Amino acid sequence: MEFRRKDLLGVADLEPEEIQVILDTAASFKEISTRPIKKVPTLRGKMMVTMFYEPSTRTRTSFEIAAKRLSADTQSLTVSASSAVKGETLLDTAHNLEAMAPDVLVIRHYASGAPHFLAQRLRCGVINAGDGLHEHPTQALLDLLTVWLEKRKNDKEPVRETLTGLKVAIVGDIAHSRVARSDIQAFTKMGSQVTVAGPATMLPPYLETLGARVTTSLVEAVRDADVIMMLRLQLERMGQMFMSTLREYSQFFGLAPRHLKLAKDDVIIMHPGPLNRGVEISPEVADGPHSLILEQVANGVAVRMAVLYFLIEEKKG
Amino acid sequence: MSLLIKGGLVVDPSTHLEDPLDLLVEKGKIAALEPPGSIPEEGRRVIDAAGLVVAPGLIDMHVHLREPGEEYKETICTGTRAAVQGGFTAVACMPNTKPVNDTTAVTRLILDQAKAAGNARVYPVGAVSMGSKGEALSEYGDLKAAGVVALSDDGRPVSNSMLMRRALEYAKTFDLPIISHCEDLQLSADGVMHEGQVSLQLGLKGVPGAAEEVMVYRDLTLAALTGARLHIAHVSTAGSVAIIRLAKAMGLAVTAETAPHYFSLTDAAVLGYNTHAKVNPPLRTEMDVKSIKEALRDGTLDAIACDHAPHSSLEKELEFNAAAFGLIGLETSLGLTLKLVHEGTLNLMQAIERLSTGPARILGVAGGTLEVGVPADITLIDLNREWTVDANTFASKSRNCPFDGWTLKGKAVMTIVGGKVVWEEEGRG
Repeated sequence: MEFRRKDLLGVADLEPEEIQVILDTAASFKEISTRPIKKVPTLRGKMMVTMFYEPSTRTRTSFEIAAKRLSADTQSLTVSASSAVKGETLLDTAHNLEAMAPDVLVIRHYASGAPHFLAQRLRCGVINAGDGLHEHPTQALLDLLTVWLEKRKNDKEPVRETLTGLKVAIVGDIAHSRVARSDIQAFTKMGSQVTVAGPATMLPPYLETLGARVTTSLVEAVRDADVIMMLRLQLERMGQMFMSTLREYSQFFGLAPRHLKLAKDDVIIMHPGPLNRGVEISPEVADGPHSLILEQVANGVAVRMAVLYFLIEEKKG
Repeated sequence: MSLLIKGGLVVDPSTHLEDPLDLLVEKGKIAALEPPGSIPEEGRRVIDAAGLVVAPGLIDMHVHLREPGEEYKETICTGTRAAVQGGFTAVACMPNTKPVNDTTAVTRLILDQAKAAGNARVYPVGAVSMGSKGEALSEYGDLKAAGVVALSDDGRPVSNSMLMRRALEYAKTFDLPIISHCEDLQLSADGVMHEGQVSLQLGLKGVPGAAEEVMVYRDLTLAALTGARLHIAHVSTAGSVAIIRLAKAMGLAVTAETAPHYFSLTDAAVLGYNTHAKVNPPLRTEMDVKSIKEALRDGTLDAIACDHAPHSSLEKELEFNAAAFGLIGLETSLGLTLKLVHEGTLNLMQAIERLSTGPARILGVAGGTLEVGVPADITLIDLNREWTVDANTFASKSRNCPFDGWTLKGKAVMTIVGGKVVWEEEGRG
């Protein structure tokens, strides 16, 4: 099995074998970041353009570092300074960028499906770096990589074998989370049992059709969990009738040390960032021994290196 | 010149007639219906209708013709051309033009343009409120005198329940029906498709069926309170059907329509972020489709109206959230309705009832009948003609059709308005 796609748009259309190939490659790329000279010539002369229509710190930086480690050139389109404010359509902006011959376009957009819309109409590869409420596939891949590397019994164990049967709790505002949609599908595809939890206002109907168990109880979700993934509470949801007060939210849906006692002894705590310390996660847990939150960030670079490699380099073959 | 339509099967729901008859048109009116072969041919244009259905002209009571204001999407001329090519002899056009049809000047412009085009009849629908802003009542009496046949704030639903009550009462004064676009704008806020499994999968904000149903319920109770004529537009959910069925059983004089897309497509049509399947109310589920079909069969839904909503690539070739709501339907509506006949959901009489006699009755306009003496609005239909939908051949200016490429069985082959053949399929005549 190889990974031969023009675009990476979502976890929904990935086969487990493709995920394995990406994570194998990512795992081998991790070592590059530990070298004194953190660079290989693999993508020399290639160009990655990023278009971010939403604020982002780590995802964009992570893509840029990944590209640079592989010696690709990078250019970012800053949307506030771009034609978007002059009324140019997304498609026209993308066509103009494509005319400058990039090899891959990395897009984050507030509209679900915007990367799919571009991918259908552009010749160059498109990577979805987060679209609306829909998907954030490289986040899900780095989350899988983090759990796999932490939990595997040896170097040879495939992802699916490690992840099968693991109990994964995803907690918070599921309705507005593209990370949740991608993670539920990614972990389910690799054999894990996913439970999602949050107040009912933040649990959209039909979640079970994605393969998740659904509960409104944090306690129930974390019981016997191998992995607990806390989602960022978007503070702009306050005043939109999804919740009462921050105080009450953190009381019922914030992860505190007492919850870890209910989970497996070797539970790992994850968070896609940025953190609201003291809201969805207490500082003791975020900084505690079970937390792999910074490891996720490190793995993010490796996963994005792998994705860039497959979308640019492998396409030539 | 007089026309003799010979050898067809005459189907007229207004008189429950379904017989092989020859039909004579003279001076723009239906002059005779006689047994086959009994009307002399001499001096008349003879139209061979062997193997065809001769139906009262189809009437679409809910279309958007975009003129005045958005002529790049459609004009009254192109929209009515699309109508006659689809078998429609008359359409009722919604007032959400630019400017809104809330004054007699706009109404007259629409009627003048329709007359100049010489295609289908056009019945203007006036605005419930000035500018469709939901604040003050427009001039119903003047509008009616100018030619308006109904009132609606379609596309900009009336949120204020008191205004809706007063609108129903004031419309009653002038014996005009109110056509209600039922949508609770708070419940549907930011939604771009049906709230369900597909919206979850695509990460698109959903509009629950309840956003329609709570307003259907509100308007039915206000109709009961006021005794006014209420018509519910574009019913899309099983819940709305159930409420309307109950209201009718209780004796309320309410009528309702649905559109072909609500019995032909589900929310799955949005997969791939297909903006041609973005429509308001949104495409719903299999269960809703089943209920809509049943309601068309049992008469809970009185009419099929396509909500023809032309948009150009400027509004549709965009990311899904940014695209406009609406799809065009005048040239596929009959074919999609006849699918219900071929699959056994409706009989032919019921299908023509919903597409002609029903809308005429609701709007209180001429047509929907082939009785001797009425204006000769007639549609000839080939029930068994298989054809492939090709949006590029449409008379409409727009191409936002989710049925492009579909194979349909059944098609209009000739459309006659006031005794004049306004459209016939190439190769006839």
